[in-house]
Amino acid sequence: MKEKLVLIGNGMAGIRTLEELLKLDEADKYEISVFGAEPHPNYNRILLSPVLAGEKTIDDIILNSREWYAENGITLHTGDKVNEIDRVNRKLKTESGKEVGYDRLLIATGSNPFIIPVPGADLEGVIGFRDIADVETMLSASRSYKRAVVIGGGLLGLEAANGLMKQGMEVKVVHLMDRLMERQLDDPAAELLKCSLEADGMEFLMEAQTAEILGDERVSGVRFANGSEVEADLVVMAVGIRPNMELAQRAGLYCERGIVVNDTMQTYDPRIYAVGECVQHRGICYGLVAPLFEQAKVCANHLAQLGYGRYEGSVTSTKLKVTGIDLFSAGEFIEEEGDETLVLQDQAQGVYKKLLIRDNSIKGAVMVGDTMDGSWYFQLLREGADISSLRSSILFGQHDLGDAGHGDETRVANLSADAEICGCNGVCKGDITNAITSKGLFTVDEVRAHTKASASCGSCTGLVEALLASTVGEGYAAAPSKKAMCGCTELSHDEVIKAIKKEEIKSMRKLFDYLNWKTPDGCASCRPALNYYLLASWPGEYQDDLQSRFINERAHGNIQKDGTYSVVPRMFGGLCTPKDLRAIADVCDKFEVPEMKVTGGQRIDLFGVKKEDLPAMWKDLSEAGFVSGHAYGKAMRTVKTCAGKTWCRFGTQNSTGLGVQLEELTWGSWMPHKYKLAVSGCPRNCAEATIKDFGVVCVDSGYELHIGGNGGIKVRVTDLLCKVDSEEEVLEYCGAFTQLYREEAHYLERTAPWVERVGLDYIKQRILGDEAERKALHERFKLGQEYAQIDPWKARADGAQANEFTPIQLAV
Amino acid sequence: MSEWIEVVELAQIPVLGSRVIKTRDMAIAVFRGSDDRVYAIRDACPHKNGPLSQGIMHGHSVTCPLHNWKIDLTSGEALGPDEGCTNVFPARVEEGRVQLQLEPVEEVA
Repeated sequence: MKEKLVLIGNGMAGIRTLEELLKLDEADKYEISVFGAEPHPNYNRILLSPVLAGEKTIDDIILNSREWYAENGITLHTGDKVNEIDRVNRKLKTESGKEVGYDRLLIATGSNPFIIPVPGADLEGVIGFRDIADVETMLSASRSYKRAVVIGGGLLGLEAANGLMKQGMEVKVVHLMDRLMERQLDDPAAELLKCSLEADGMEFLMEAQTAEILGDERVSGVRFANGSEVEADLVVMAVGIRPNMELAQRAGLYCERGIVVNDTMQTYDPRIYAVGECVQHRGICYGLVAPLFEQAKVCANHLAQLGYGRYEGSVTSTKLKVTGIDLFSAGEFIEEEGDETLVLQDQAQGVYKKLLIRDNSIKGAVMVGDTMDGSWYFQLLREGADISSLRSSILFGQHDLGDAGHGDETRVANLSADAEICGCNGVCKGDITNAITSKGLFTVDEVRAHTKASASCGSCTGLVEALLASTVGEGYAAAPSKKAMCGCTELSHDEVIKAIKKEEIKSMRKLFDYLNWKTPDGCASCRPALNYYLLASWPGEYQDDLQSRFINERAHGNIQKDGTYSVVPRMFGGLCTPKDLRAIADVCDKFEVPEMKVTGGQRIDLFGVKKEDLPAMWKDLSEAGFVSGHAYGKAMRTVKTCAGKTWCRFGTQNSTGLGVQLEELTWGSWMPHKYKLAVSGCPRNCAEATIKDFGVVCVDSGYELHIGGNGGIKVRVTDLLCKVDSEEEVLEYCGAFTQLYREEAHYLERTAPWVERVGLDYIKQRILGDEAERKALHERFKLGQEYAQIDPWKARADGAQANEFTPIQLAV
Repeated sequence: MSEWIEVVELAQIPVLGSRVIKTRDMAIAVFRGSDDRVYAIRDACPHKNGPLSQGIMHGHSVTCPLHNWKIDLTSGEALGPDEGCTNVFPARVEEGRVQLQLEPVEEVA
C-alpha cells in the first residue's frame, strides 16, 4: 500500500518539488495527487509579463502538460481549491466537496497580490498581476479601453506597465517613493531606467500616495493624498505580494509573515511540508523563483526520506524583463559607512554599473544598459571572492566574452534570433530562447543538455547565462555558490579533495563508499577527476585506474574524428637533430602516416595512426630516443623556447638550455588540465611566455617568472610572480608553483581561472611568503615525478596493456 | 535464433572497460560492467559514428569519446535529451568466456 502524498498548489514551487522527487527511486513509495485553484496545469508564472506584452502565448508558458501528470501517475484536480486541512484525521476538504486523506502533505500555495485597502479597491477594473486570469483581464481591457494606471513602480509594476503599453494603452505608473525599484536600484540607476521607459512613452507619477479609486461600477480614475486625480479605465495594483498562508493558519500551523519552515522545509507539523512563496525560512519570505528551486530540491530529498540536504537560504538577484532594457541588481546597493563603491557611468550610452565593495569583496551590484557581466559579479558575490587583484578592471567585465569573438555584443537582449551564440556547435540565439521557453529550462546545465550551446569549449557560457536571465528573468537559477562536482554527488571539488587527504582515501571504491556516491561507478565526468585527485594526492600508492581516464590518456594518443590517433614525440625545449628528424621520417614511412604537422608548441604531430599500430610505432620512436610528448593529456605539454643566446644577438641568458632543464623537470606529470611552459631569452618574448601557465622571460639581471597565462579560449596575459637570480631558483619556483596548482586547482581548471579564483596574492603568499613551504612544495613535486617520469610509450612498446591495442578478429 | 559464438575470456576485458571485436563487416564493442555483466554494441555512436569502445563506461551506459553522448548499453539508445540508437547484440558469460549472438542486423541510426 503506497503512502498518499498530496500537493496543495499546482504552481512552480510545488511541481518542481514533485519533479525533483520523481527523479529519485524513492518516489515509488507515494501515490501523488495535486490540487490547484486555477483551471490550468502548471505554467511559468514568471513569463506572464511577456504574455501580457504579446511576445508569448499562454500555451508557450505551460511547463507541465496534463499528459505529464498522467504519465507520472499523478492525479490532478484543477479549479478545485482546498478549503480545509483536518490535521487530526489527516484529511483535506475542497471547494467542490471532495474529501481526501493524506500521509504527507505539501503546501505550495504561493502568494497573493497585495491590494491597498483604499475606498474603491473592489471596483470592476481594479486587479492585481498574479495569474493567467489577471493577464486575460488586462488583455481584454486593452481592447476596449485606453487609459491604464499601474500602482507600484517595482519590478512587477514596470513589467505590467510595459505589457499594457505594448497592447496600445496609455500607461501611467504611480509610485509612492521618489525612486523606481527602490529595493533593487540606487538613484542613478533608477533615473536611467526611468529615462529609458519615458522614452518608450511610459508616464510616471512619483511620490504619489493613492487615496481612493474613483468610479461607480467600473473604475474611472484615481485620487491621490494631495488631492490630485488622474483618469483611468484599468488600475493594476502591483505594490507587493503577501504569502498565501490563510489555509495553513486555519489549520493551526505556526505562521508569522509566512508559513514557518525549518531547514528541511517542514512546518511545525512534521507530516506537512511547505515550499515556495508561502513560506518563511529563517525569517525570510522569498518572492523570486531561484530560491524556490533550491527549496524544492531539499524538500524532495526529505520526502524521499533520504535525510541529507538542508536549505540554508538564498542570495537572490533581479533582472527586469522589459524587452530592450537591460537591468540587473543583486545584493546590497546602498553603501554603509566604510563601504567602497566602484562606479562606471556613461550617460550617452545609457550604461551604469555600480559595485558595492566591503572588505575587498562584492556585496552588491547594480547595472543598467550593460548587464552582460551580471552573472559573473553575482558569482563573485556569492562566493565572497577577494577581488583586490581584479579591482582595476572589474567594471569592464569578464573578458572571456569579448575575446571569444563575441566582440561588443554585450546587449544580448538586442541580438537577432539568428545571431550565433555558440560557435563550436552552431547554436543561435533563437534556438536557445525557444528551448528555454518550450522545454521550461532554468539552468545553464539544462540549456547545455538540450541545445549543446556552451557544451564544448564553454567560452559562450556568459552569453548563455545572459540569455537565460533575459528570457526567464528573475527565475533564472544561477549556479549555486557551492557547485556539486557532477550529478553523482552533492559534494564540491574542494570538499572531495579535502576528504581524500583527511580520510586518506586511496582507492576509487573506497571513495565512492565513504562519500556516498549516488551512482555505482560514477560517470564520465567525475571518474577522471577523482582518478586525478587520488593520483596527485598519493603518488606511488594509488593505483592509476585506466578505465577512469579519457581515451586519449588511456591510449596515450589523441583520438581523431575518424577513430585514428595522432602521435607527438617529445622534443625537449623544441630542440632536435637531423638524426631525430630522420627517425621520425622513417616511422612515418613505415606506418604510412598520412599527414605531419608542426604544432604550436614546437613539436611534430603525426596524424592518422591506427590504434593497433601505436605500440609498434612507439617501439621505433623509443629506440630512437624519444619519449611520449603527452600532447594528449591533462598533463605538462611542452616548453616552448626562442632562438636563445647562442644565436640571437639580443639573448640575455641561456634560455634554450633553461627550457630543456624545465622540460626535464616537469615532463610526464599529470595535471588538473593541460599545462604549458615557455622561456624567452629577452623581453621581446619570442616564445610568448606571457600567455603560458608558467613562463620565464630572461632579462640581463635575471629571470622574470610569469604565471596563469592562457592563449586559448580566453586569452589571458600572465601575472608576474616575481623575479629571481639563478636557474636553480627558476626550477625551484616552477616546481613549487606547479605542485600548488596540482594540489589545489579543480580538475579541468586551467591555471588562468584558478589564479583568478584564488587570487594572485594567495599564490604569492604560498610561493614567496615562506621559503620552507616553497621548498616543501618543490620536494613534493619531485617525489611525484619519480613515479610519473616512466615513459608510457616504452612501457606499451614492451607489452604493457596489450589488450587495449589489440582487437579480436572473428571469422564471421 | 542464431547460435552463441565464443569471442574472448571475460578476464581479458578490464572491469568497466571494453574490447573491440572485428567481424567481416563491422566492429563490435564488448563491455564488462562492475558486476561482470557483459554488453555488446555496434562500435559506432548514433551521433557521428564515434568509437564507443573507446568511451568511459559507467553503470550500464557508455559516454562516447567524441562528443560526450551517453549511450545505454542494454538498448543502444542515446540517453538524456539526445536522440538516436545503435545496434546491440545478445551477450552472456559462460564458464568465464564471453559469448555473443551475432544475428545479421540492419543498421539503425
